Amino acid sequence: MHGRWTRVVRTPLGLTATVLVVAILALACLGPLLWGAGADAVDTDNILAQPSEQHWAGTDNLGRDILLRVLVASRLSIALALLAIVISVAAGLVLGSAPFVLGRRPARWVSAAVNIAVAFPGLLLALFFAVVFGAGATGAVLAIGLAGAPAFARLTQTLVAGVAARDYVAAARTLGVGRLRVLLRHVLPNIAEPLVVNATIGAGSALLAFAGLSFIGLGVQAPAYDWGRLLNEGTSALYVNAAAALVPGAAVLLAGLAFNLFGESVAKGLGVSVGLGVRALPRLRPGAARQSEPAAAEPRMNSYQAVLEVRDLEVAFPGPAGPVRPVRGVSFQVGRGEAVGIVGESGSGKSLTALAITRLLGDHARVDASRLELLGDDLLAPDSAVQRRMLGTSLAMVFQDPMTAFNPTRRIGGQLAEVATHHQGLNRREALARAVDRLAAVRIPDADSRVRQYPHEFSGGMRQRAMIGMGLMGTPALIVADEPTTALDVTVQQQVLDLLAAIRAADDVALILISHDVTVVGEVCDRVLVMYAGRIVEDLPAAELTTAARHPYTRALVAAVPDMTTDPAEPLATIPGRPVAPADVPAGCAYADRCPLADARCRAEDPPLSDDTAAPGRHRVACWHAGEPLPADVSPDELVESP
Amino acid sequence: MTVTSIAPAPPQADPGRPRPWSHPWVRFAGRRLGRLLVSLWVLVTASFAMIHLIPGDPVRAALGPTAPADLVAARRHALGLDDPFFVQYFHYLKGLVTGDLGTSLSSQLPVSDVVAQRLPATLSLAVLAFLAAVVVAVPLGVTMGVLTRRGHGRRTELVFTTSSIVLATVPDFLIGVALVYVFGIRLGWLPVAGNDTAAAYVLPVVSLAIGPAAILSRIVRVEMVGVLEADFVRTARAKRLPARTIYLGHALPNAVTAALTLGGLLLSAMVAGTVLVENVFAWPGLGSTIVQSILVKDYPVVQAIVLLYGLGVLLTNLVVDVALALLDPRSKIRED
Repeated sequence: MHGRWTRVVRTPLGLTATVLVVAILALACLGPLLWGAGADAVDTDNILAQPSEQHWAGTDNLGRDILLRVLVASRLSIALALLAIVISVAAGLVLGSAPFVLGRRPARWVSAAVNIAVAFPGLLLALFFAVVFGAGATGAVLAIGLAGAPAFARLTQTLVAGVAARDYVAAARTLGVGRLRVLLRHVLPNIAEPLVVNATIGAGSALLAFAGLSFIGLGVQAPAYDWGRLLNEGTSALYVNAAAALVPGAAVLLAGLAFNLFGESVAKGLGVSVGLGVRALPRLRPGAARQSEPAAAEPRMNSYQAVLEVRDLEVAFPGPAGPVRPVRGVSFQVGRGEAVGIVGESGSGKSLTALAITRLLGDHARVDASRLELLGDDLLAPDSAVQRRMLGTSLAMVFQDPMTAFNPTRRIGGQLAEVATHHQGLNRREALARAVDRLAAVRIPDADSRVRQYPHEFSGGMRQRAMIGMGLMGTPALIVADEPTTALDVTVQQQVLDLLAAIRAADDVALILISHDVTVVGEVCDRVLVMYAGRIVEDLPAAELTTAARHPYTRALVAAVPDMTTDPAEPLATIPGRPVAPADVPAGCAYADRCPLADARCRAEDPPLSDDTAAPGRHRVACWHAGEPLPADVSPDELVESP
Repeated sequence: MTVTSIAPAPPQADPGRPRPWSHPWVRFAGRRLGRLLVSLWVLVTASFAMIHLIPGDPVRAALGPTAPADLVAARRHALGLDDPFFVQYFHYLKGLVTGDLGTSLSSQLPVSDVVAQRLPATLSLAVLAFLAAVVVAVPLGVTMGVLTRRGHGRRTELVFTTSSIVLATVPDFLIGVALVYVFGIRLGWLPVAGNDTAAAYVLPVVSLAIGPAAILSRIVRVEMVGVLEADFVRTARAKRLPARTIYLGHALPNAVTAALTLGGLLLSAMVAGTVLVENVFAWPGLGSTIVQSILVKDYPVVQAIVLLYGLGVLLTNLVVDVALALLDPRSKIRED
């Protein structure tokens, strides 16, 4: 509690506001005692004088010193505002907690009344009450106080409802404690803090509102005076002595701001701290890394024509303790029509890899590679219109959650069509016709009426198919699908996978399928890349995933998948330990801590990803002990821990 | 590309035509109309009850303690205050329906004439100020949102947020006084009273618009920053659309729905805000009239103007609700 309050004064704004509020309260207490007589001293020789040595802010129409009057008026202005806010909070508390105490029907009536009253602006309510209570200080206090009540009633109602749902309140109720008693003993103490904070902000608003009412003549009446009244008198003398209006105006503003900012700072200090500083990384010159790279003398690893070529890809984010590198040197190629799966646990860097190779990472991330080419086009080159068109038509993305990946405010057809209008030069009508055609191609029924619907009118599976259809608006050479089935019902997962497979087969489109599900990847893909802690640890044909995996991590992943032979009575297999956090990747092999084969070399030296001796050219693995039998061979139950 | 022939589309069951009264729009209109009528009834009753809530005899209060008793009695009779309560209520409602708002106690003119003569000035002031606030706030908020999106412009954000908080706190009548001093008196550029020329609109509109513009641009910025993190913005980027299309075509429509809700509140607050600003600029509208009428206790005029302000608020809320329903395809009306 103490620490949270000191946090308020620790920010420059909070400190300023606190000092101001204290100073204003002190002024309100002392002002009339010190300067009360001076403020009322009439000096008929000095009527409406300009600011001078004797009268810093000039004099009014009776020759009284403006500055002293402003200082003295602080007491009345502050006192009336505080009085009004007390009325607001008290009335709001009664109205807002009434639904909790009363029965169901009266509660609904009270809530409905509050809801209607809240819809009217406070000033309008204040005018209403000013009519009822008459123009004058008392009337204005009641008017502003009651006008503020609905807002506080609404706040109280919300807060009470929140606390009432908690267990200890429910427990007290079950024990037979009366509603009123529960309210006083358990509920109100728990909502006091937000109420006080809001009352502080409200005091500032009440002060400004009061000044407004006095300014138009409905508040404090002469001979009494508050800041609003002085402002009223000063404004009529604006041409003669501007200070007469500006000084009380400044006082109102300063006091109102002080209370408002103090309230806001307290709210912020008591709430969640927002001290998360993100330092920006120096922007890399595009291609800087490549220049230092010796000319690619090594022969290309493959003989086929690559759609995508990635070499030494790194992704870094600024972190509190220096850059964090969730992707640390990833190299692979994807051939025409080839389906490559990327598997790994959450945090292994697979999604970041996908976003990096598709240039979709925000510019707070730093992407670096010695080579990154799609269809021979350098993706590390600065953004250009030509490249955007190439990417827009040759590269399709399918994201994990089809619920959020479409723009909810726009029709499906328009969202598909804009690809064609922007990149293929079609007009709207042609583009929409193509969208209908593409939706039909991804098996959306009634495509020509569906294009006019909004995303929320599509089912999840249909939306994911539409997303694939959007990728087919161009003529993609590569589809990158990031967990495309994870958010879908099991029954529609297969449809989406079948669709991807069919598109691939029909048009020789390459596919990168990112998944944490080894089974899905094994089923759809030709080749599998296994990622761990930002690196590829194994690259092998999908058909050999269950039979010839060499890396202990791959083998553990495969063993963790239950199949028809798994004994349902046994606990499901898991991989012991936790994945390495990108911020603290150890020296040596990142998997060593969880690996049953790890030895001293594993902890010291990170194994490179190199051709596996058993199947060179089509199987790469990064392990010093690739393919060695696991200890106490080889029951998966030994490898795992029960959850 | 010949994916078209992959597979036949599975047949889709026809959901059947919905019956007209269960159409979402009809139900929305019905529900919204019901709420409007209840609020309207509360408003009318409140403006009627206002005069009866005044402690003591309102006529005696209006005419002062020295007024002769027969004048008070005559005035009470003229106002219908001698009738039974519900008869008065009935007369009041009947008057409203027929457009008879009573007679001004001070000018003896029909209240409807007084109000009709004053309404256009207030309406034009409020509408112009609202438009000015929106025209400034939306582009400013969008620009700020883009400049301060995640990982960007922390200093810009601090400066913008602080200055908009301060500007939003300054009450409109103080801005008005300051503007009168600077542009009217010191510089002498603009007129400071009346509404005779187009130039006379500048200062009142600006004083009324600054606060709401500051609040609105803050909300638009926060919404933009949030929306720019959304998945569908990433999708738009994956389509390699130009930045302008992504910000204005995809992000903005999603950012303005929240801003519109707030904009409605600001507009209804602005209706009331005209009262103070009109008094600064001697604007011949409802605001200066109601203050005068409250001071001289001209109750029929006060009742009529309170009713009009309330009506303005209710209509604003209605327009905002309908606009929200039209703009946001997910809004409740199409689903429940």
